Amino acid sequence: MTATARPTLVACPACAAAPSVQPVEIPKGAQLALSLPTIHCSACIAKIERGLNAHPSVESARVNLTLKRAHIVAAPETDVTDMVALVEGLGYEAHELDLAALSATETDKAGRDILMRLAVAGFASMNVMLLSVAVWSGAEDATRDLFHWISAAIALPAIAFAGQPFFRNAWAALSKRSLNMDVPISLAILLAVVTSLWETALSGAHAYFDAALMLTFFLLAGRYLDHRTRAVARSAAEELTALEVPRAFRLVDGEEQEVAVSELGVGDLIRVRPGGRMPVDGEVIEGTSELDRSLLTGETLPILAEVGQAVSAGEVNLTGPLIIRATAVGQDTSLHQMADLVAIAESGRSRYTSLADSAAKLYAPGVHFMSALAFLGWYLYTWDLRTALNIAAAVLIITCPCALGLAVPAVTTAASGRLFRKGLLIKHETALERLATVDTVVFDKTGTLTEGVPKVTNAAEIPPEKFMLAMGLAHGSSHPLAQAIVRTGAALGVEAVKLTDIIETPGYGTTGQWNGQKVMLGRATWTGAPEGQRTATYLKVGDAKPVAFTFSDRLREGAAEAVEALKTSGKEVHLLSGDSEGAVSELAQRLGIERFEAGVLPAGKVSYINDMSDSGAHVLMVGDGLNDTAALAAAQVSISPASALDAARVASDIVLLGNDLAPISQACETAKSATKRIRENFRIATLYNIIAVPLAVAGLATPLIAALAMSTSSITVSLNALRLR
Amino acid sequence: MNILVYLIPISLVLGGVGLLAFVYTVRSDQYDDPKGNANRILNDDWDDKPKQ
Repeated sequence: MTATARPTLVACPACAAAPSVQPVEIPKGAQLALSLPTIHCSACIAKIERGLNAHPSVESARVNLTLKRAHIVAAPETDVTDMVALVEGLGYEAHELDLAALSATETDKAGRDILMRLAVAGFASMNVMLLSVAVWSGAEDATRDLFHWISAAIALPAIAFAGQPFFRNAWAALSKRSLNMDVPISLAILLAVVTSLWETALSGAHAYFDAALMLTFFLLAGRYLDHRTRAVARSAAEELTALEVPRAFRLVDGEEQEVAVSELGVGDLIRVRPGGRMPVDGEVIEGTSELDRSLLTGETLPILAEVGQAVSAGEVNLTGPLIIRATAVGQDTSLHQMADLVAIAESGRSRYTSLADSAAKLYAPGVHFMSALAFLGWYLYTWDLRTALNIAAAVLIITCPCALGLAVPAVTTAASGRLFRKGLLIKHETALERLATVDTVVFDKTGTLTEGVPKVTNAAEIPPEKFMLAMGLAHGSSHPLAQAIVRTGAALGVEAVKLTDIIETPGYGTTGQWNGQKVMLGRATWTGAPEGQRTATYLKVGDAKPVAFTFSDRLREGAAEAVEALKTSGKEVHLLSGDSEGAVSELAQRLGIERFEAGVLPAGKVSYINDMSDSGAHVLMVGDGLNDTAALAAAQVSISPASALDAARVASDIVLLGNDLAPISQACETAKSATKRIRENFRIATLYNIIAVPLAVAGLATPLIAALAMSTSSITVSLNALRLR
Repeated sequence: MNILVYLIPISLVLGGVGLLAFVYTVRSDQYDDPKGNANRILNDDWDDKPKQ
């Protein structure tokens, strides 16, 4: 092993944005990150930090218990596998993380930005409220004017800083000639500030500085809640990606180099070990093996790989080492071309309008119309611009969607937190709303409903001595089917027979000698058996007829319960797979799924889902493979398990963290009750408007009434959201 | 009412100090690992003298 370019030793990409508490700049140091899923207490932190810091090449190590990660700054050329071994030696599970994939969430800049504005709005509104209380309790004349001027001095810069997110969004919407929730918000804040300034200048009695600030504060709180929920999901999703460090072994002049996949070029020779994934598209130039294509096509039957065979990125090498010559790398690989299909499929997703947006579409014109009407009415009645403008501003402030701005984020935060504890990551902001309307669920087979781990199905039909021989041969092999035979045999209490001269022929099978007879275990054609439809391997003893061992995929935990629960809640369940007819229909029967299709290509899955959507169904797609990616993007809402390919996880709205599928049906229920709460919150907000608007239009609203109404409605809405737990 | 001349600036300054303290804690990453911080106080490594 040569120590050339190690991809994980990223030369400190985040140094510029690094925490300012670190006084020492280590320009050449390497940054490493480890995932430590099992740490939980102060003793764990101390033990790991002490252990890592004692290593000679480590400059500093710090454990983050919240994220369950360790960040290490070490001398360049430090091998990350040493660090993993060190931590594992201390008794903790450790995995290497790809820093390049993590750096995006390293410092949550957007979250910090909102938090800062929230703090400023909170500080300003508290101070202005203090002064306003004095005014409401009867401060008069010069004192009132002084208090108003001080309020203005605090409110103007505070709003200019804290209100920026709203102003920016509103401007973006207006310049596209559309309306969103931020338009009435910005208008209300600005109008409140302008009329209050005017009133103050004229020694008027009513100033709405406190209302404008409180509005900003409450709405920012809603934004921050919303952001936090998604930041948590995003960082967990990114950690999944970071756990797969993209690396390959390149052969240069017969010597093996470990390089990043991104550094590979066309024509490079790459060694892929058994169990490894093809990093690029290529052609086999040395070795024989079998390939597992289930992530790409859903087929469970491994295919033979010989010299001259084309392989595509994402396939898993099963038995023997292979050397391939790269024919397409990076963006040109078949893996990446799938992304185009996803991009096309995704345009369907954008048709969905969120509840908040549709509320805004109804709400914004209504409020503006009412405010304009109040202004006109009062102007025609009194011919006094000042009174009319004051009342128009009061209407805008009172109706301003304080509660509407909190209605959605408060509920989604509560629901996402609840689902996160059950092992579901809600990645997309409107995923819950979309999940709530689902009436059809489409499952992928391999890797989703099944674990992708085979087990012997016909063990009872196989003569015991044959089984013992098969186990004897299978013991030496790492092929998944051989291991399945060993597992099943061990579970049944079968003893393995000792064979001599065991030779494994990668891609075909294993042979051995027993009582002077040649025993073979392997592919159908190799042992002389007819090729079947099902996943099978054959045992041939001497010249006897080969005996078939058939396999089926083991069901994923909770798969049966999830399908059952979805059916009882009245949803249609479909099964779409790229696998062969036999395997699919067997599984469909086992789970009681009536509608299934086998041998479906990726584009076929997309059109299947589009056809259903066009006929009015709301489809939830659950899948894990590359062949599902486009379908995941096309469906109204999609879920993928944590074991899925990165591309599939990116395309889906929700990621299932554990191994269990059962939370899917619970998620549908939670989504439904969450949407119910959101609608309830909208109704509460409307009800409060129905009471307060007549007061404002009649010119009876005072800043005190506005402040009271605003905080009561915000608190009711937040409490209603908490009922979800 | 002359007391206001002192009280208003004092209240503003106190609030401002709070705001600045908050800004400082955000800027120095003190909210990045709340669980870890809660647990680190139980660690007696630096009980005698502060870490350099």
